[in-house]
Amino acid sequence: MRINPRITNRLVRWGLVAQAYCTVTVLVLIIGIIFFKGFPQVNFAFIFSFPQDMGRHGGIFPAIVGTIQLALLSILLATPLGVGTAIFLTEYTRESTFTKLIRFGVESLAGIPSILYGLFGFIFFVIKLKMGWSLLAGVLTLTIMILPTIIRTSEEAVRAVPRQLRIVSYSLSASKWETIKKVVLPAAMPGILTGIMLSIGRAVGETAAIIFTMGSSLRLPLSLMESGRTMAVHFYILAREGISMEKAYGTAVVLVLSILFVNIIAYYIMNKAIARYS
Amino acid sequence: MIDRAVLKEQFVKWVLVAFALSSLLFLFLIFAFILGEGLPLFLKVGVKKIILGMKWAPTKGYFGIFPMIISSFLVTVGALVIGAPLGLSCAIYLSEYSGKRMKILLKPAIELLAGIPSVVFGFLGVVYIVPLVRNYLGGSGFSLISTSLVLGIMILPTIISISFDALVSVPKTYREASAAMGATKWQTIYKVIIPSAKSGILASFILGMGRAIGETMAVIMIAGNALKIPTSLLDPLRTLTGNIALELAYATGDHRLALFSTGVVLMIIIMVLNYIANFGIKRKIAK
Repeated sequence: MRINPRITNRLVRWGLVAQAYCTVTVLVLIIGIIFFKGFPQVNFAFIFSFPQDMGRHGGIFPAIVGTIQLALLSILLATPLGVGTAIFLTEYTRESTFTKLIRFGVESLAGIPSILYGLFGFIFFVIKLKMGWSLLAGVLTLTIMILPTIIRTSEEAVRAVPRQLRIVSYSLSASKWETIKKVVLPAAMPGILTGIMLSIGRAVGETAAIIFTMGSSLRLPLSLMESGRTMAVHFYILAREGISMEKAYGTAVVLVLSILFVNIIAYYIMNKAIARYS
Repeated sequence: MIDRAVLKEQFVKWVLVAFALSSLLFLFLIFAFILGEGLPLFLKVGVKKIILGMKWAPTKGYFGIFPMIISSFLVTVGALVIGAPLGLSCAIYLSEYSGKRMKILLKPAIELLAGIPSVVFGFLGVVYIVPLVRNYLGGSGFSLISTSLVLGIMILPTIISISFDALVSVPKTYREASAAMGATKWQTIYKVIIPSAKSGILASFILGMGRAIGETMAVIMIAGNALKIPTSLLDPLRTLTGNIALELAYATGDHRLALFSTGVVLMIIIMVLNYIANFGIKRKIAK
């Protein structure tokens, strides 16, 4: 028997709508549960006090500071490297074996799962370079991990800068570097910032690569050589070792909110930039 | 004076070359150190005894990771079985059916969800999905099915946003031509739009697979980490990534080397997946 295509059409439509709503509901539910269970735990003291008894009581202040230190320092290292690479790829070369090789490197780095970054950071920075579990080892590992994101987004942004801007700059007898510094980079800034914000989001949420390089000390890291703990690692330890469900939910809210916050800023900057160029 | 300006330009150029080379250097270092630590054990114990070995007791000289390879494979396929149809349907709904306002609202919302850290997914899996499986299906709840479910949800944002981009980029003329032939909307989607967006959709599945197979912390929390090949959906299992993360903190000697050997196997699997994804996309573009 042949089913009327019009009936199939309608059935499929309902099926798709149902599936789409299911998917969105699940995803919204995830955020909802975290916020609903976590918000009652979050208050001034939770954010600004030190954890006691392995995190069973008290707040998450050192984890918040550790997260900020880790994210900012790795962005500080990865941004010049990444933007520099992007400028080199777009402004200084034509497509050649050399650029293909670099692109291959970037793509490969992007595809490596975070546990392998953890494995590498552990053997190279922690053991071979004798840094021990430290903020520095965590920062260096994370820098390599977020580099591909920054390179890709910056390259797109630099490439999208209209050619006329460069021509005008050259016609005013500016040199190549002056043109890049004064014309191309400012015009590409929104795109570059988007990449930076997305990378911060990734740095804040990362666990596997951090736990084996930065360690999980609950003290506030006061120097680069001290171990520390990020919110994601703190959350993981609280949840996995069943230390405190309430504190785990509380940490999750702060963690998820900060990631959503940077990602929303990234979106906002990107949309503004798109609006400007189209 | 002019010399100095030229010198500066040259200097900048070489600094940028060095920056660009840094990615390659990092990639080389990662390969060198993981292979450097991981390969000696393959030579000492034998490739076959590690890759096809059934017993993992690294302190007693057994380094078999075959059950973990199978487990990694199973959870990845499981995640895809759950994530691929749901994700693709969602992408089709968003690109073909939903109104413009819905699109503007949902697309960023789904992409924002991609940023939620995997530990959060793992935690919710432990709190909600594991008890659900335990109460209604039996077993401990730490199982292949729970892990697949959580990973399947986790890869949804990746699959949705990449397939959506692929579907949207199908030229409008294709749709119009199909409609002009009297095809219904579904016939158009099924026979015209999906085939033309095939490579992008496949790439989204492969990237989702890559994320699932590389996922670590969420998997450790839900999988139960048992050292055998699961024989049912309710059996606990341990993946390659889980094996590394569970034991790296305290392993020494050959035990630690064995974890790097696990890393080498994982790296090879990921490289093959990436190669397939890139190859598939490039071939499509060449066409």
